[in-house]
Amino acid sequence: MYYLRLVFKNIFRHKLRSLLTLAGLVVAILAFGLLQTVVHAWYAGSDMASAKRLIARNAVSLVFPLPRYYRDRIKAIDGVTAVAASNWFGGVYKDMTPTNFFAQFGVDHENFFDLYPEFGTNPEELLAFKKDRRGAMVGRLLADQHGFKVGDVVLVKGTIYPGNWEFTVRGVYEPRDDTTITRQFYFHWDYLNEEMRLRTPRRAEQVGVFVIQIADGSRAAEISQVIDQEFRNSLAETLTETEKAFQLSFIAQTETIIAAIRIVSFVVILIIFAVVANTMAMTARERLAEYATLKALGFAPAFVAALIVGESLMITALGGSLGILATFPAAAGFKATMGSMFPVFKVTPETVALQVAAALVVGLLAGILPSLRAARVKIVDGLRHIG
Amino acid sequence: MKIPFAYVLRNLWTRKLTTLLTAGGMALVVFVFAAVLMLDAGLRKTLVSTGSMDNAILLRPAAQTEIQSAVYRDQASLVETLPEVARGEAGVPLVSKETIVLIAIPKRGSGKPANLVVRGMPAMGIRLRPQVAMIDGRMFRPGTSEVVVGRAIAEGFDGTGIGEKLRFAGREWTIVGSFDGAKSGFDSEIWGDVEQMLQAFRRTAYSSVLVRLAGADRFGAFKARVAADQRLILDVKQEPLFYQEQSKSLSTFISYLGVALSVIFSIGAMIGAMITMYASVASRTGEIGTLRALGFRRSSILAAFLAESLLLALAGGAAGLALASFLQALTITTMNWQSFSQLAFGFHLTPSIAASTLAFSLAMGLAGGFLPSVRAARLEIVDALRAA
Repeated sequence: MYYLRLVFKNIFRHKLRSLLTLAGLVVAILAFGLLQTVVHAWYAGSDMASAKRLIARNAVSLVFPLPRYYRDRIKAIDGVTAVAASNWFGGVYKDMTPTNFFAQFGVDHENFFDLYPEFGTNPEELLAFKKDRRGAMVGRLLADQHGFKVGDVVLVKGTIYPGNWEFTVRGVYEPRDDTTITRQFYFHWDYLNEEMRLRTPRRAEQVGVFVIQIADGSRAAEISQVIDQEFRNSLAETLTETEKAFQLSFIAQTETIIAAIRIVSFVVILIIFAVVANTMAMTARERLAEYATLKALGFAPAFVAALIVGESLMITALGGSLGILATFPAAAGFKATMGSMFPVFKVTPETVALQVAAALVVGLLAGILPSLRAARVKIVDGLRHIG
Repeated sequence: MKIPFAYVLRNLWTRKLTTLLTAGGMALVVFVFAAVLMLDAGLRKTLVSTGSMDNAILLRPAAQTEIQSAVYRDQASLVETLPEVARGEAGVPLVSKETIVLIAIPKRGSGKPANLVVRGMPAMGIRLRPQVAMIDGRMFRPGTSEVVVGRAIAEGFDGTGIGEKLRFAGREWTIVGSFDGAKSGFDSEIWGDVEQMLQAFRRTAYSSVLVRLAGADRFGAFKARVAADQRLILDVKQEPLFYQEQSKSLSTFISYLGVALSVIFSIGAMIGAMITMYASVASRTGEIGTLRALGFRRSSILAAFLAESLLLALAGGAAGLALASFLQALTITTMNWQSFSQLAFGFHLTPSIAASTLAFSLAMGLAGGFLPSVRAARLEIVDALRAA
């Protein structure tokens, strides 16, 4: 017990230095947590993917469409329970600023929301959406961001599908749990198709991707193969994969950036290690005479070493826990300002575990070097030493 | 009287471990700071060299990228007849009618597919891009299923060597050469014959039209003429500006990330410097008293400690900058969200980045060393001597 008290007293002998070290630790652990959370947020889209949903797209790349009649052929395949078309619309709402950007999809209105049970819908609103050709369903997050209410008319300027498009909000869907992203805007694929038939008939009857529901998630690989086999050597060959793989393929394209953020988050820890190690080295050097005295009194070298490592660990534990505590409000603040970029921004338990581990490792390593020196020093030399 | 510089130097030398740790921490911060600036500069360099101010690009209105755009054949032919368009031998208009699609090819190393731009162009397209030079093999022959690949693709993607075949649009395309785009965005593209590609992709319209103007100053007149012509419902942009706009969000993202990281990191490094300097002052209280008793002024002591802190920062800054300069050998390929395709760019160190990096490290040293130096200067002679 007196060991802990001694360690604790030692920390606050140099108030200014300890406070500065603590401040550095708090900032570093906080920054580490935030950066890790950014990496997690990047993967948010793949977290909500269901194992029972497959995505079929054109094998060449996403910018090539698939013919609409594939829908019925896919539906006839054994194990497939439902198929819905989905077209990326890519329209511009108001202007090009990133905060005004959101994803719009033209989807099969009849069954799309049946395929996504994680979107909680109100039956009356869903019916109103199905009945209105220009109707749209908006996510809760999106509705809150732009103040969309049922009955509002939303004007979107098309980029892939030229012209001005008008939609009427018919309902707002709610997230089932906190991995669900509700920042999308869904409208009728039929509306899109009708307009395309009038404006550019060549581009009608085309689908971006098919969302396919299967009865048994364990047959995903087999069914994907069967679907791709079905359209082999046709004008539009398909590439079918699970929804998760589909989402991850987007993330993989930007993985250099994620890798950079990840590396940087560990560099923060390295920097704070340098700071803490420095503090401990100085502390131990100044107190060398004291340690020699302790040894002269009969304390074992291990005790002296433990004193230093214990102090280092206690500093990092204190700074680390303050940093972890600060992560939560900081993440909330970050989400409030950058919300449009990251629909899901939540500090995960793994992040906190990593923060704890980082603090412990830094504390341990920073204490070891000076403690070895203090443990080895000869009593005579130590007593002679002047800090 | 001034305190000799050698005294400052030797003070740092005596506390090797502390000096090393503090300077090392600063070096890491400076490294990140410089790396981000260099990345942004590299991206800018890539974009600026992708276009030439003499060239103008025509797209469908509201299309922000070439993939979203479509230009009909009659429109493209009309553009050729405009008087602002430069003409080559025998009065051939310098116009390139192009089609752009994306295909997914596995990245070397990770094996994960990434989107690449495939550009179909007539022979004129190569002439309009003078920065591009073949480095291996030969150019594709018009009217065949031959393609050439950019340097970044040849280096970073599987199955893109000369003689290998790419399969897309129901055909096999033979790679016959690779070209160097002088670090422009073209380095991450695949080029082939436009008419072959239109057929293969079953398209009837081009994606974009690139024209060489009779001079960069003719752009205003050209734009006005296109706007006035009812048959040409097209947007006109100068080529470099077009590419710059396309990567605006990527560039903004990098600089935001850089600023945020630099601020956080520099707090840590400044605290490190402050701890070191405070300790240095505390352990030398007696020394400071002696110096003062010998007749050195407060200002000399302040200057000596500040110099020590600045020297520490400079050492860290130089080390960090030296480390960062090695990054220039690296090339980054990542997706540009706006064009939805891969863009390769490198780190680019400019003299102004080197200067601002060193200034940044000195500022950290100044901020970290100022308070401790003031404390050292304000010590009373008697107290200081007694404390020793």
